[in-house]
Amino acid sequence: MSDTTHHGPPTGIRRWLFTTNHKDIGTLYLVFSLVMLFVGGAMAMIIRLELFQPGLQFVNPEFFNQMTTLHALVMVFGMIMPAFAGFANWMVPLMIGAPDMALPRLNNFSFWILPFAALMLVSTLFMPGGGPASGWTLYPPLVLQTGDAFPFVIFSVHLLGISSILAAINIIVTIMNMRTPDMPLLKMPLFVWTWLITAYLLILVMPVLAGAVTMLFTDQFFGTSFFQAAGGGDPVLFQHIFWFFGHPEVYIIILPSFGIISQIIPTFSRKPLFGHDSMVYATASIAFLSCIVWAHHMFTVGMPLAGQLYFMLSTMLIAIPTGVKIFNWTATMWRGSLSFETPMLFAIAFLFLFTFGGFSGVMMALTPADIQYHDSYFIVAHFHYVLVPGAMFAAIAGVYYWLPKWTGHMYDERLGKIHFWLSAISVNLTFFPQHFVGLAGMPRRIPDYALQFADLNAFMSIGGFLFGLSQLLFLWGVVRCMRGIGDKATDRVWEGAQGLEWEVPSPAPYHTFDTPPVVK
Amino acid sequence: MIPRHARAIALSLLPVISLPAGAAPSGWRQLNLPVGVTSISRDAYDLHMLAIYVCILIGIAVFGAMIYAMINFRKSKGAVADRTLTHSTKAEVIWTAIPAFILIFLAWQTVPALIHIEDTRDSDMTIRITGYQWKWHYEYMGEGVSFYSALGERSNTARQRNAALRPAEVDHYLLEVDEVLVLPVGAKIRYLISANDVIHAWWVPELGIKRDAIPGFINEGWFRIDQPGTYRGQCAELCGKDHGFMPIVVEALPPEEFAAWLAARRPAAQAALASSQP
Ligand SMILES: [Cu+2]
Repeated sequence: MSDTTHHGPPTGIRRWLFTTNHKDIGTLYLVFSLVMLFVGGAMAMIIRLELFQPGLQFVNPEFFNQMTTLHALVMVFGMIMPAFAGFANWMVPLMIGAPDMALPRLNNFSFWILPFAALMLVSTLFMPGGGPASGWTLYPPLVLQTGDAFPFVIFSVHLLGISSILAAINIIVTIMNMRTPDMPLLKMPLFVWTWLITAYLLILVMPVLAGAVTMLFTDQFFGTSFFQAAGGGDPVLFQHIFWFFGHPEVYIIILPSFGIISQIIPTFSRKPLFGHDSMVYATASIAFLSCIVWAHHMFTVGMPLAGQLYFMLSTMLIAIPTGVKIFNWTATMWRGSLSFETPMLFAIAFLFLFTFGGFSGVMMALTPADIQYHDSYFIVAHFHYVLVPGAMFAAIAGVYYWLPKWTGHMYDERLGKIHFWLSAISVNLTFFPQHFVGLAGMPRRIPDYALQFADLNAFMSIGGFLFGLSQLLFLWGVVRCMRGIGDKATDRVWEGAQGLEWEVPSPAPYHTFDTPPVVK
Repeated sequence: MIPRHARAIALSLLPVISLPAGAAPSGWRQLNLPVGVTSISRDAYDLHMLAIYVCILIGIAVFGAMIYAMINFRKSKGAVADRTLTHSTKAEVIWTAIPAFILIFLAWQTVPALIHIEDTRDSDMTIRITGYQWKWHYEYMGEGVSFYSALGERSNTARQRNAALRPAEVDHYLLEVDEVLVLPVGAKIRYLISANDVIHAWWVPELGIKRDAIPGFINEGWFRIDQPGTYRGQCAELCGKDHGFMPIVVEALPPEEFAAWLAARRPAAQAALASSQP
């Protein structure tokens, strides 16, 4: 294997602006994602600050609604999706023995769209009328009441969508064409598999979102009435189109998480993944089902009985392949030789808390009960459980797992463990009580609440602040490694690590796999 | 309606819910779905509790297995990995089939309740609910009685930034209105719901009703209140800056008292009242 740097990277800003190297672009994605984590996190802190006590102390309701809207958009499109795109850029070529992504210039382009789109999105806060305040779901007619920010919001959603589609195309082409010759599809590591399926989902649904927001745009500026009853349109049509994108979007976020967890648990169990092929089939089934269940987000809009029955029953089916995954991970640990380094700790927290979020998901599939849960804090609790200790913990686990490979330095294990325990405890302090205030009748997206919710809200806010502060430890741990502080990492890094990415030196040289490697 | 035997199963799962409602600790009841005062809310509650117990049972099994593995297969305790344990068709069939049966059971419990919700036939009276930014409008169809219902004045004062009145000093802060929706106990009340500007949602947890109010479209539903009382709720669909400040208060009266109230609100009675008080 060659670790030559015969045309090493240019230095300074030009290296990053013009790079076509998958490792550089992966780093760009991950750093961008980390920045957005703190931008979106700051918004969450403002939300929790205002909700600390009943009454309005810090912000106006208008601004509160802008915070909930942008917190969601920033976290979904700016933080978690780019994080997984960063993992894909770094790890897919290394895992399949490819020298780089198949379309390197496109790769550069799809990253560099992102900062501009995000900047435009956040800048809407400073426009007359403020930022979007309709919730990230952008439901009309409310979203049409947005001020000057409206076209900028639409345009930034378009840009974010284009970036995702281009990245998805690149990932599919890379996986399909650049695998080392002795790696058939079913021999691919599960992270690669989950990303392949995710990329197809992205190509399927991002254009649908683009279409939906374009229809909002023409409704607002060109006199169409797609979503306006006065002109013969239907506001609920938007919800159908949005959730046709929105439900698969949930799995676009969670499938790469499944992939990362499926790499980490075998490593620290010192045992191959249990049921590799059934994991692949389960992932594909989840992806398929995710496209046919969208209206379970809309059980209160007044659908016909047959529609409600269909969406209820099809939604319940998702529990089966998801269950298969949970059981396979558990079986991977069974009769293993487990050790609990930081990546494994986060992976196990994922296992417990994602499953927990899945339970409330099954409850919500039951339409008559969901009518009570819908748009309450119970829903907020559910999706934060699957997205924070779910997707985000998986991303954090992945960072700790591959950081030594990326930087050549081990993170500080003690710091990592402190970060883990603080995060795992505070995430539950923040989100667990939300189930109860929701059941007791607290609607979501309100800046102020009735007095019976006061104690738990104060409690949740303290949990939220603690969780926010804990992430500074993560930042510190990552920066330490990036600056070359910490023990030198070995090539294999982890005793039980298997796969091509561990065959190359740590840090991975600028160019890897000039010749196709042999899969052992 | 959920079949009787299903209730029996749910009741036998854990004794807690078989306690009379009053015997449950009130702190816990405030942190759970209300049982409510309509058949729809009770169905929702029963399904909710059934789902919780099913989840607890599955959770004990799944989390138990995970914890067992974490305790017993630690490298620090000298566990050696069994690298051959990578596949078991038997296990995989079992853990696909068992969840499938559980889901079929849950679906079988749920479908009748869902059909019940949608059965709006044979109603005794109809009210029309319209959402506005940011208040509700109620109309008693065919009675000539209608009015707006907005956030009560004391709540509205206390909710302002730097208000002199503190939220803690207001009874039912944010859950009180200037005019309550008065309804009879025992009648099958059909509601038609729409909105004037953006989408709202009319949610009263104790009635088990949450239905979107959509401009340009009319949604339909029903409920039958079993007990007199005051039931409070809120708009549930984000509808702009004062979304958090358009509560709902329903006062359920015995039929005779309701009839008297309605008669007093009819236009003729209001006119007579006005002319008798020069
Ligand atoms: Cu409203």
